[in-house]
Amino acid sequence: MAKNSFEVVVVGAGPGGYVAAIRAAQLGLKVAVVEREHVGGICLNWGCIPTKALLRSAEVFRTIKHAKSYGLKVSGAEVDLEAVVQRSRGVAKQLSGGVGHLLKKNKVTVIDGEAKLNGSGKLAVTKDGKTTDIMAKNIILATGARPRVLPGMEPDGKLIWHYKHALVPQAVPKSMLVVGSGAIGIEFASFFNECGTDVTVVEVMDRVLPVEDAEISAMAHKSFEKQGLKIKAGTNVKGLKKNADSVTVTLEKGGKTEEVTVERVIMAVGIVGNVENLGLEGTKVKVDRTHVVTDGMCRTGEPGVFAIGDLTGAPWLAHKASHEGVMVAEFIAGKTVHAIDTSRIPGCTYCNPQVASVGMTEAKAKELGYKVKVGRFPFIGNGKAIALGEPEGMIKTVFDEKTGELLGAHMIGAEVTELIQGYTIAKTLETTEEDLMHVVFPHPTLSEMMHESVLDAYGRAIHF
Amino acid sequence: MPVEILMPALSPTMEEGTLAKWLKAEGDTIAAGDVICEIETDKATMEFEAVDEGILGKIVVADGTAGVKVNQLIGIVLEEGEDASALDGFQAGGGAPAPKGEAAPTPKAAAAPAPAPEAPAAPASAPAKAAGERVFASPLARRMAEQEGLDLNAVTGTGPKGRIVKHDIESALKAGTGKAAPAPAAPGPAVASTPAAPTPAKPPALPDAPHTAVPNSSMRKIIAKRLTESKQTVPHFYLTVDVELDALLALRKDLNARAEGLGQSYKLSVNDLIIKAVALALKQVPAANAAWTDEAIILWDEVDVSVAVATEGGLITPIIRKADQKGLATISGEMKELAKKARDGKLKPEEFQGGGFTISNLGMFGIRDFAAIINPPQGCILAVGAGEQRPVVKDGALAVATVMSCTLSVDHRVVDGAVGAQFMAAFKKLIQDPMAMML
Ligand SMILES: Cc1cc2nc3c(=O)[nH]c(=O)nc-3n(C[C@H](O)[C@H](O)[C@H](O)COP(=O)(O)OP(=O)(O)OC[C@H]3O[C@@H](n4cnc5c(N)ncnc54)[C@H](O)[C@@H]3O)c2cc1C
Repeated sequence: MAKNSFEVVVVGAGPGGYVAAIRAAQLGLKVAVVEREHVGGICLNWGCIPTKALLRSAEVFRTIKHAKSYGLKVSGAEVDLEAVVQRSRGVAKQLSGGVGHLLKKNKVTVIDGEAKLNGSGKLAVTKDGKTTDIMAKNIILATGARPRVLPGMEPDGKLIWHYKHALVPQAVPKSMLVVGSGAIGIEFASFFNECGTDVTVVEVMDRVLPVEDAEISAMAHKSFEKQGLKIKAGTNVKGLKKNADSVTVTLEKGGKTEEVTVERVIMAVGIVGNVENLGLEGTKVKVDRTHVVTDGMCRTGEPGVFAIGDLTGAPWLAHKASHEGVMVAEFIAGKTVHAIDTSRIPGCTYCNPQVASVGMTEAKAKELGYKVKVGRFPFIGNGKAIALGEPEGMIKTVFDEKTGELLGAHMIGAEVTELIQGYTIAKTLETTEEDLMHVVFPHPTLSEMMHESVLDAYGRAIHF
Repeated sequence: MPVEILMPALSPTMEEGTLAKWLKAEGDTIAAGDVICEIETDKATMEFEAVDEGILGKIVVADGTAGVKVNQLIGIVLEEGEDASALDGFQAGGGAPAPKGEAAPTPKAAAAPAPAPEAPAAPASAPAKAAGERVFASPLARRMAEQEGLDLNAVTGTGPKGRIVKHDIESALKAGTGKAAPAPAAPGPAVASTPAAPTPAKPPALPDAPHTAVPNSSMRKIIAKRLTESKQTVPHFYLTVDVELDALLALRKDLNARAEGLGQSYKLSVNDLIIKAVALALKQVPAANAAWTDEAIILWDEVDVSVAVATEGGLITPIIRKADQKGLATISGEMKELAKKARDGKLKPEEFQGGGFTISNLGMFGIRDFAAIINPPQGCILAVGAGEQRPVVKDGALAVATVMSCTLSVDHRVVDGAVGAQFMAAFKKLIQDPMAMML
């Protein structure tokens, strides 16, 4: 095969693209991935990973602040923001380098540049004004997404930030308004709050973390307020007025307006897909509200062109992108693959307390006509949680009364982001309450609450 | 690079089969043309010959595995110079093998139909199982099937490795397939007030008595299914005639005696002569050489006679093709060979698939007469009883003759009473005046 000709070319080396490339290479295909910025995509460089690094610093700081309750004497703890950010960047860099190494190890050709479709089976790659054509039997578009910008509230990187700016702050702002209480907004709110910023979160929907189960969201709300976060739900941002070193924001709730002045604003109102300059015009690739439309096999309307990850439909999560990447690579290699069932994709938010869930909320299940059995187990009833000094939180499970199907699981509290995969496996293997009851959970662990929650749904919880 | 051995399609309609037995062990050398394993399909056991040479590196599907899909990976052959380490990282599953690095298989140019975001998973994996085999199903699928009265054996699994998952149950429910016999009312206190529900067609519970359970082979299952279907859906009617055999027996004796003189080794059986008589009768009454389809009655141009042969695994019907055009010695020779192959389970699909009319002969067991079940889409089957000496009335006087009762089972959709009667008359005439067959 000619040098510039591949069986699979992936556009974008985020967690969708690089994983697809590696899997395709494992299957013996000749693969290239084109990346215009850095391998690892948003996730490794400006998303999942660097935020988790920042939040870890915040967590350690919080634990130190509570040292006394653990019988420890610590004094003089303070945030060295520059060092915190440096650590976060270092973590991102280390992982991005790791991905580069993995691509090389798997003999994936990494092409530096910006790619666009250029006729059937062809891509034009531009780098420093120079364009080369490469041939591709199969093309996987994985160009990801970028922050949604609301008119009149464009981030400037100085007073108004989006996530990239928020990841590399030069100083801890005294006050801040976070617009949007989804995962990204709440994680930054949590981080800056811990660092000492006076944070206000506004959310147009009637509650924080609006995609989560209402009970979980209510518990999160309470916990946030206890930590000093101000939450304004059901509130709209009408306008921003930039001052010299602050922003005056007009908020509106139920027809009443209010003005607040803060040092910085973080816009976290969602993302838009990177569908531009991809050469989609004139192809059969369909775009719906900035995202590429795909079928269960991630096929677009254009033969031989696939799309995965944030570029396509929700949920916009790294593990969804990666899973699709694997699936498409296997599909191209002629293997039997299974379409992704989004009800089995877990979602995690790494604020304090952590929130994690998979499947339907209780309200959604009821709306769909299920008669449900709901189990709840509080952290306060769990030995390990008490020993950890983390008595706040709950694990909730929602079962279909008729079949015993686990419709959804919802958690809030310490380390729940590490627990949710247990229920994800259960959902993926289609276990019923009976199988879950039969599982032996190690003691003492937080995971025991997962057992108890299932038992509680059937009136059998032991420790509560 | 290791070469995959895939489950072969041994007939055009074969979708799955049982890997009956490996005749080579891992590590054995294989030459092209060697029989490497035996595959059992719905009707026969067939030998599967190697196309590549090398060493059988790995047996992926073990002896006795039922429900192996066509094209499923069943084994791996190592080429010359390769050792077992070549199997490392070999990706099973009919897809592209992973030869770390070079020699990449060409991927199929992925077809991209218009997006249909709700498209279900690619149809995958094993088709519905036959009863008795282990069924892989998720706990949720099992419970749903139980609640809905679905028979998991009849549900096709699309999950990993053909596992039955919730989605499959939902599809089966939507399609109305896989319904088991209505489940008996939920067990509860025995309240006598409700009128007796129609008795479920569920097989009655086995009495708790000592027994041996003989697992059903695929052949047995297919026979069960086809015959049940036939008896339940084909409107059978029956025509019986008694035919005198004495002339035929005399002719047979005469012909067999000539064999040696002619330097030939044939030995005609009564059955061979019956085959010939049936073939000629069908030629005379072509309307009986017919098959039913919903759209049309199919009249066969050629006279292909299926002959039931009892084997250990069950009944099979090899075919004497163009029997009307063949001489008795040819028919006899072919029949012997086919019967042997049938008993050895070695019939090729084309040797037993098709046929326009079936003969089933139980005369050798002393059966006087019986009615056979039609083998759809054929329209008729002739059940042949034993030839025995019986009193007959000839010219007003009692006499003794060798008489054989034959019963034709007829699919009334294809063949009407009068046509069936015409055929039986023609058949009787040929048997009773066998010299006419020699013409
Ligand atoms: C602050 C933040 C925190 C997050 N936290 C989490 C989390 O905790 N968990 C989680 O699951 N998800 C998280 N996400 C979401 C996650 O980052 C995305 O879902 C994920 O990165 C999507 O992967 P992707 O491969 O589709 O796209 P991306 O990661 O966006 O990668 C796309 C890549 O394509 C490149 N590219 C684009 N166009 C072209 C072109 N024309 N030619 C060449 N290259 C191109 C880009 O440079 C980029 O590298 C977070 C996101 C943000 C912003």
